[in-house]
Amino acid sequence: MLAIYKRELRSYFQSMVGCVFVAFLVLFTGIYFTAYNLTAGYPYFSYTLSGSLIVFIVGIPLITMRSFAEERKNKTDQLLLTAPVSLTKVVLGKYMAMVTVVAIPNLIFCLFPLIIKMNGTAYLKVDYISIAVFFLLGCVYLAIGMFLSTLTESQIIAFITTFGALLLLYLWKGIMEFLPSSASGCMIGLLLMISVVVFYIWQITSNWILSAVLEAASVVACVAVYFVKSSVFENLLSGLLGKLAFADVFTGITQNHIVDMGGIVLYLSVITVFIFLTVQTIQKRRWS
Amino acid sequence: MIEVKNLVKKYGTHLAVDHLDFQLEPGRIYGFLGPNGAGKSTTMNIMTGYLGATEGQVVIDGHDILKEPEEAKKHIGYLPELPPLYMDMTVSEYLEFAAELKELPRKEREDSVQKVMDITRLNDVQFRLIKNLSKGYRQRVGLAQAILGFPDIIILDEPTVGLDPKQIIEIRELIRDMAKEHTVILSSHILAEVREVCDYIMIISKGKLVASDTPENLEHLMAGQNSLEIETKAKPEDVRRILKEVSGIERMEFDRTKDATTYAKIEVKSGSGREQDLREAVFLAFAEAGCPLLMLKASRASLEEVFMELTQAEEVAADAGDL
Repeated sequence: MLAIYKRELRSYFQSMVGCVFVAFLVLFTGIYFTAYNLTAGYPYFSYTLSGSLIVFIVGIPLITMRSFAEERKNKTDQLLLTAPVSLTKVVLGKYMAMVTVVAIPNLIFCLFPLIIKMNGTAYLKVDYISIAVFFLLGCVYLAIGMFLSTLTESQIIAFITTFGALLLLYLWKGIMEFLPSSASGCMIGLLLMISVVVFYIWQITSNWILSAVLEAASVVACVAVYFVKSSVFENLLSGLLGKLAFADVFTGITQNHIVDMGGIVLYLSVITVFIFLTVQTIQKRRWS
Repeated sequence: MIEVKNLVKKYGTHLAVDHLDFQLEPGRIYGFLGPNGAGKSTTMNIMTGYLGATEGQVVIDGHDILKEPEEAKKHIGYLPELPPLYMDMTVSEYLEFAAELKELPRKEREDSVQKVMDITRLNDVQFRLIKNLSKGYRQRVGLAQAILGFPDIIILDEPTVGLDPKQIIEIRELIRDMAKEHTVILSSHILAEVREVCDYIMIISKGKLVASDTPENLEHLMAGQNSLEIETKAKPEDVRRILKEVSGIERMEFDRTKDATTYAKIEVKSGSGREQDLREAVFLAFAEAGCPLLMLKASRASLEEVFMELTQAEEVAADAGDL
């Protein structure tokens, strides 16, 4: 694991991708910092950081795109998978290298609140917590990008799908507003989502009896609940899907100075889920 | 020691490896021989744990490759068809990375890397980036990676592809040296190479093991592998009469050419000693009869013929199956 970690990290800084990412992020944050904090005199660095979020969305796919797509294309995955190292360690080694790359600009950001402090009042607690959560959000995006990189051999496709996914998550809150909030609308939406899941189950098991039973059971259950207590469905869709707006936890800190501990747990869970999915995707390819 | 038990690999409906079953003893060089797409690479990929098998088992020194992958993989060095090289590393960086990946003890790493670079003659290029190396050198770096740490079993998938004749000879020598202490398995579709290097040949066709024996035995395996060809001016009846005296002849075939010569193919009885050479007896018989021989030649089934016969017999059988 350590061998892979060291190799990956070195390769990020030899191939310029790492340097470009760090420079890009620090430059843009520096511009925001000059504008908001130094010129306008706003004492919160956390606010500046929320402006850098969009840079993350472009920068993260740049780091994750090559992680597995390149290995597969150059067939170097044969070296890793035939070495006496478990697949989980291979994935973790690569993931930790990417996390380190993202940690570097965040460590540099730690200097910015001190600059504010030198010139007057600073809110160090809020600023440092927001930097930590910003870093954690980066780790969530890395896990998603790494997973998408295992699905393809092409770095370009990995970049575009990751960028698309992160942009979608960024705009998620706005998209949520188009969803129906009435009980009947939510029930239909939920049924549609269940149908998609059942269709996927049918695809992987090719057992249509099982799928039909699942679909019928969920339709009956939903309709029954709707007639007994329709208020359950009100705002259900935006409640369920709204959780996907990961950046909300971060903006909650930068705008309202409220740390949502549930949100932090959500971040850690999403990271775990996507690392697990990455391992499973690679594992599955060996068998098909 | 490697045991492959009832190995099956399916890609969708395509059967790439069809119930392979064999055991490999330590200290020998094994050759996988087969036409393109016969399943050689797939078999090797399964043996090294890169791919999972649909059915069956691979046991390496008592460790199942799927149940105890880390323990089993420690005994294997693998050079895939395309050497798995990181282009942005130098040769020595790459080999150090491979040594660490293979979990060689920290103290031995430097020595091992130096040793394999000496063996594969990479010292001159050790500080160059792999992407700037020629194909032959890249192949050697891949080979160096495979033998790094000197695992018990070294698996090489077409190790001499893309090398010039001098390098091919060097690599063959290297493989022979390695085989003194290690089991070496190599695949190839070049017959001459397999015949020269390997102690034991396994011919694979359409995912099935169609023959496995030493090169010499494979050549003898063919029916009528020992036969003579003669050309003479005598008529077929005369030839038959002259050769009546010679013992050990199984069968004769005649072919009368336009310019009034007889071409005969004489098959030697296979039971009468493998190395029996009837050329002298045939010559003397014709000399006594005062009949000149225009040509006398021992023809023996070559490995090529064995290979063609075995792999094509498969094809004919498969075609018959389709009907």
